Amino acid sequence: MIEVTARYFAAFRERAGRDVESLSTAASTAAELYDELAGRHGFADSMGRCKVAINDELADWSSTLAAGDEVLFFPPVAGG
Amino acid sequence: MSFSISSDVIDPEVLKRSLAADSAGACVCFEGWVRDHNEGESVIALEYEAHQSIAEQEGQKILLEARQRFALVDARCEHRVGKLAIGDCAVWVGVSAAHRGAAFDACRYIIDETKQRVPIWKKEHYRDGHSGWVNCATNVAESTTRV
Repeated sequence: MIEVTARYFAAFRERAGRDVESLSTAASTAAELYDELAGRHGFADSMGRCKVAINDELADWSSTLAAGDEVLFFPPVAGG
Repeated sequence: MSFSISSDVIDPEVLKRSLAADSAGACVCFEGWVRDHNEGESVIALEYEAHQSIAEQEGQKILLEARQRFALVDARCEHRVGKLAIGDCAVWVGVSAAHRGAAFDACRYIIDETKQRVPIWKKEHYRDGHSGWVNCATNVAESTTRV
């Protein structure tokens, strides 16, 4: 298990009812963490339509997580 | 070239003047305005949210890609965040180039990529009282309840 921080934006923040939380997780990748959190908070968007950033840099869903990482979950974008 | 996220009103004239150059023979600008309807719903206001630093980084990447693909002189994009009213300018893209073909193509490329890639989210508020995040299957129960 590692300790990480999750941050939520827009629809994810409203759905989770918080913008940030500290977690202890067995997830080893960003994708596994999304699956865990989507189940817990009811995120309904498929990973392929969402983005993830780790420590303020966009990252691949397959990225490995390290203790202390801050993982940012972005729902589908809609600029313009 | 600059891509910025701003909570201030967009001033197209000021932005356009910043693209001027002696070598530019064409300038194409695109303005995205807040419309009063979307997918059959009557919209009364919009809220935009962004992750500012990642949005500006990704936006800057798009401008650089546009410069590699098209013969540009300069390019700029500004996107609003916060609450906007019908008719407000939500996004402005401007491109200057020696010739119009490159300017039209680059302007189109920048706005299309921005809509697809940049972490900006749009919440619509509807006339009947509910609201929703555009493109998202995830919404809080309350916001999908019709009043």
